[in-house]
Amino acid sequence: MKTHEVVIEPGRSEKNYWRDLWKNRELLYILSMRDISVRYKQTILGTSWSLIRPLITMMIMFFVFSKVAKLKGDPGIPYPLMILAGLTIWTFFSNSFTQISTSITANSNLVTKVYFPRLIMPLSSSVVSFIDFLVALGLFVVLTIWYQFWPDWHILFLPFFILLALLASFAFGLIFAVLNVKFRDIGQLIPFIVQIGFYACPIAYSSRLVEENAGEWWHPIYYMNPMVGIIDGFKWSLLGEKAFFNPTSVINSVVIITIFLFISIYFFRKRENSFVDDI
Amino acid sequence: MAVITAEDISKRYIIDHKRGKGSTSIKDALGDQIRKIFNGKKSPHEETEHIEHEDFWALKDVNFSVEQGDRIGIVGHNGAGKSTLLKVLSKITEPTTGRIHIRGRIASLLEVGTGFHPELTGRENIFLNGAILGMTREEIRKQFDAIVDFGGIEKFLDTPVKRYSSGMYVRLGFAIAAHLDPEILIIDEVLAVGDAEFQKKSLGKMRDVSASGRTILFVSHNMTAVQALCNRTLYFERGQLIEQGETNQVVASYLSKISKTKLIREWNTPEEAPGNDLVRIKKIEILPEYVDNQIFIDVRTPFRVRFEYWNFMDKANLNLSLHMNSMTGECIFNVGTQSQPYAKGLIAGECLVPGHFLNDGTYNVSMMIVKDTVTPLYNMEEGLIFDVADYRDGVAWYGKWPGYVRPQLKFHTEMMEENILND
Repeated sequence: MKTHEVVIEPGRSEKNYWRDLWKNRELLYILSMRDISVRYKQTILGTSWSLIRPLITMMIMFFVFSKVAKLKGDPGIPYPLMILAGLTIWTFFSNSFTQISTSITANSNLVTKVYFPRLIMPLSSSVVSFIDFLVALGLFVVLTIWYQFWPDWHILFLPFFILLALLASFAFGLIFAVLNVKFRDIGQLIPFIVQIGFYACPIAYSSRLVEENAGEWWHPIYYMNPMVGIIDGFKWSLLGEKAFFNPTSVINSVVIITIFLFISIYFFRKRENSFVDDI
Repeated sequence: MAVITAEDISKRYIIDHKRGKGSTSIKDALGDQIRKIFNGKKSPHEETEHIEHEDFWALKDVNFSVEQGDRIGIVGHNGAGKSTLLKVLSKITEPTTGRIHIRGRIASLLEVGTGFHPELTGRENIFLNGAILGMTREEIRKQFDAIVDFGGIEKFLDTPVKRYSSGMYVRLGFAIAAHLDPEILIIDEVLAVGDAEFQKKSLGKMRDVSASGRTILFVSHNMTAVQALCNRTLYFERGQLIEQGETNQVVASYLSKISKTKLIREWNTPEEAPGNDLVRIKKIEILPEYVDNQIFIDVRTPFRVRFEYWNFMDKANLNLSLHMNSMTGECIFNVGTQSQPYAKGLIAGECLVPGHFLNDGTYNVSMMIVKDTVTPLYNMEEGLIFDVADYRDGVAWYGKWPGYVRPQLKFHTEMMEENILND
């Protein structure tokens, strides 16, 4: 029989951490299933909530930004489609980010009683957000059929932008997840960040409007937001050449996300063994 | 072969007096940093800040090793470090210093039903909890029927566990844990839950597990269970491992340490003795008649209760009345001496309480001196407090033995007619 040896020492990260993580993939699956099946228990509309929410948000935004504020969209693209595309990827990012940030504290009953690689918890929260995202993407497909708007070869880039959004949610979420264990202020801060992000990102409007103000002082600041490149790229993949997309903004996103991802994984791994003492 | 070797394990917690337990707020943390930058290190504020942080060693320099197939009991007061040790061994928290080497797959059961989700059904929770405890879906599927059967929840398999009674919840949780198949099993006081019937079942299961040669670490306050299940025992006090060795010996020294037992109280002069102008108590004493090398009273031990008191009256008809009370205040029995005339002086009396009579528990003796069989002269309440420890032989049940007394009465059974059911 193969013997399983473990050495416990202060500051010693598990040598086989990543292998351990892989071995626990069933736990990841089951925790994700738990969150999904628990979600709409005791609701009448059940899973249709994940369709109703983006649909109604889209309709309100269309009314406010296009009809009332009369913002110009990208020429040749129906405004509701542009909004829904931006909204879909933004909601994915913001849900995943929020869920990751609170994943450790939400599972405190597990943290204090059993060991498993703690990275399982943020991973399972992002799985749930990803399922929601797929549903919302389905809604988008239905709407493109309605508008008879067919995607072209750009759609091949879609997985890249989805992956980038996912990595972004980890890059920022993991840091907050660790901080949230000790400082519950984070729980208050996150909805606020998400709300600001909603306006700072090209969801209800097109980055074309920002580009028209290229000389303004805030123009470079706008592009420092890594989500701008991801959202524009996502819209560009789905809606084609007519959607505004500045490719350099994506380079920006990749660099920022990579740096933050390394920092936050390092930070998470360093702190995860003492979560139980702080929670 | 040693499966667990622990060397110099210590675990420190920093107790933060200013903020108390719970989460720190970012403002405080930031504030401290900013203050440091602006005030430099020698600010008066800094001095007081330091006093507010206090080190607490939940474990201090703990060394032990566990052999393959050992059943280790871990005993000690609340807060002695037992649970911290289990948490360190289960990798839930890391030690501040020291090193532990573990050989074998380890499973720890620090509570029953870890991670149960109230909205999910019993069936779903079996898979959830099993996965959390480290079982694969394949293993759970294989054991599924056995788990359901052991927990006795067939009828409620598809009911959300939030509708379960607390008993059902615990049974399901233990049933899953009982079907884990680790090489090393760590258990924290799970027997404190559930009804007597279920405790019996759980302990039986644990005995099976240990009989199959696996290693068990078992924290409990139930000394009877520890004695029945464990071959070696570790005794912790204030974070330190103060004794380890053969279970009976370690449990005995633990019991004698925690015992509130005071077997003698004596006053040398009438001036300081309790009583009044008529009578004063000189001495009250319990004299156990130990067999073997016993060092404390258990349910088998006969003992004598001895009194000495001064009588200051010239001539009086006196009798003594002894009350044996439980700690909850009920009188277990009351015996009295014959009333007889005494002159002024020191009077002694002795009463023999047989073995196999009192149940295990804590008792107090009170003593009353009565004149002419009707007038109480002095009543000494809680004269002595002592413990009677449990002892069982050939009984596989370790729950609290019911009853105030535990006499061994003649009980006769016989077979009346054979084979009448096998027609």
